[in-house]
Amino acid sequence: MPNNTGTLRAWLLTDTPTSRRHAKLSALYQGWLSFRGNTMAMVGLGILVVLVLIAFAAPLLAPHDPFAQELGNRLQPLWSESHPLGTDSLGRDILSRLIYGSRITLYIVGLVALIAPITGLLVGTVAGYVGGWTDQILMRITDIFLAFPRLVLALAFVAALGAGIENAVLAISLTAWPPYARIARAETLTIRSSDYISAIQLQGAGALRIITKHIWPLCISSLIVRVTLDMAGIILAAAGLGFLGLGAQPPSPEWGAMISEGRRFILDHWWVATVPGMAIFTVSLAFNLLGDGLRDVLDPKDSEH
Amino acid sequence: MAIAKHNTGGRQQAPLELWVRATFLTLGSIIVTMLGLMFITFVIGRVMPIDPVLAIVGEQASKSTYDQAYEQLGLDRPIVVQFFIYVWDVIHGDFGKSLLTARPVADDIKRVFPATLELATLGVFAGIVLGVPLGVIAAVRRGSWIDQVARVVALVGYSMPIFWLGLMGLLIFYGILGWVGGPGRVGIFYVDIVPSVTGMILVDSILDRNWAVFKDALSHIILPASLLGYYSLAYISRMTRSFMLEQLSAEYITTARVKGMSESAVIWRHAFKNIRVQLITVIALSYANLLEGSVLTEIIFSWPGIGSYITTALLSADMNAVLGGTVVVGLIFILLNIFSDLLYKVFDPRAK
Repeated sequence: MPNNTGTLRAWLLTDTPTSRRHAKLSALYQGWLSFRGNTMAMVGLGILVVLVLIAFAAPLLAPHDPFAQELGNRLQPLWSESHPLGTDSLGRDILSRLIYGSRITLYIVGLVALIAPITGLLVGTVAGYVGGWTDQILMRITDIFLAFPRLVLALAFVAALGAGIENAVLAISLTAWPPYARIARAETLTIRSSDYISAIQLQGAGALRIITKHIWPLCISSLIVRVTLDMAGIILAAAGLGFLGLGAQPPSPEWGAMISEGRRFILDHWWVATVPGMAIFTVSLAFNLLGDGLRDVLDPKDSEH
Repeated sequence: MAIAKHNTGGRQQAPLELWVRATFLTLGSIIVTMLGLMFITFVIGRVMPIDPVLAIVGEQASKSTYDQAYEQLGLDRPIVVQFFIYVWDVIHGDFGKSLLTARPVADDIKRVFPATLELATLGVFAGIVLGVPLGVIAAVRRGSWIDQVARVVALVGYSMPIFWLGLMGLLIFYGILGWVGGPGRVGIFYVDIVPSVTGMILVDSILDRNWAVFKDALSHIILPASLLGYYSLAYISRMTRSFMLEQLSAEYITTARVKGMSESAVIWRHAFKNIRVQLITVIALSYANLLEGSVLTEIIFSWPGIGSYITTALLSADMNAVLGGTVVVGLIFILLNIFSDLLYKVFDPRAK
């Protein structure tokens, strides 16, 4: 078996790839090798893998039903019997709510991380490729959104759309897409004038084909870095909306909303608000660490000296 | 502004018409951005599920009362006309009446804004005083323990939910240690004692020479201001570090060192002097971010500023107040952005 991995390693590290897929895999593997050397980034990745596993296995891991109220058992302290992280004001097990809350966090982050970059990619590549008035108008709109303070804009959107998890996702996405559009446009402008694009144009490729097959793939890596670095901000924004009562609605075990519930008892029962805050902090820290590492691998020109 | 005197010499050589053109372009983009801002708030105000007419006349109003209010609000006019009426009103500082306080929104904002300004100013001040030296030292001693500390400080700052950190601060410094005043701007005994001149209690109490109020206000503001200060410190120290690194690797620094200049002169008189403009733009941005970041902080500390105002209005569906507050915060945000852009263009000869 070790012999086999040895040859696999050699195959992946070859200087003379035999096929397109071989070259791709080889590049991926080399990126992974340099990423693996970054301890902090690996820690971040590890935390996130654990988070995903917890979210998937929530029903197996949670000791209690996250919604089951037990009023006789309310505000139990840490390490109390059968409630390792205590209970909240309605006697619900905090650990179980935390575990189920990871699903909501991933749901929000996942949706925003899909909607915002895709919107930005569409706007940015179209603006960069088409140019002229289209570019002017699209970039003006982008600037206007960029000029808005994000949280306040999200608040105003939620006010218009109504509170709730889907609306919070929409509001955060609406405030998060402009930087992606800027990045995608900048990349498109450099790619558009390159020789191979002219070659494809001469072969008769249309704008749609060039954008989707030749420009998008090259924009992806800088977008991924930016998305990972933005994730922490998205989590904090979602938690902030939840805390204000504008995101996930009770009895949903969203972490921000849990802090808001615990706030009333902060002086006597501090753990009710403290524990979910630690969870938010850990996850957003993990995303920041991962983002820093990915930036070094995928986008060396932007990395810190 | 020593920089101003120092650098404007080069500007006079630029052709005049270029400057006129650039000014017009900048003005144009400011106007477009502001119109865009108002357009967004206008659209938000239209799509919201609350009927503005019903909110005024009430559920039991007769058809004719309803129609009258409908016309008074201008809702019977074409949507484009409505938008320009809205812009006209906003330019004249008319944001409508707040349903919650029954006063003009503009008056409400004038009343609550100084509280936010006081908090954010103190926060950004702390961020500058601590963040700039930290960033410079981190860059000079790259890889040392202090660089690592600066990195961790920034990383934690980027990852911590501000409202949670505020709660923990209240719990520890107010609840357990009792070192600082609790939520609110002053203790209950000190409310409305000093006459409101600027609306900022610290300043007002100094003007009134009422040191008891000043002390009490300080003990209340110190925690939320440090909290905001920490966030701007994270950002400012990071940016300072990367600006300094860029300068320190430049050739003129090597030249200065070869000439035998002392290390502190190299750092402060050469490298630091060249990042001042960049730093001011970063500080302006950080200030803008704090005005926004104060929304959640104000809630935690029951601070009666614009963030609390918007959120309270939001929870009671007081749309005029929400949109008025949003427009005001947005305008300040844009102005600070433009200010930092302009500064860059005027004082950095390379940006031309």
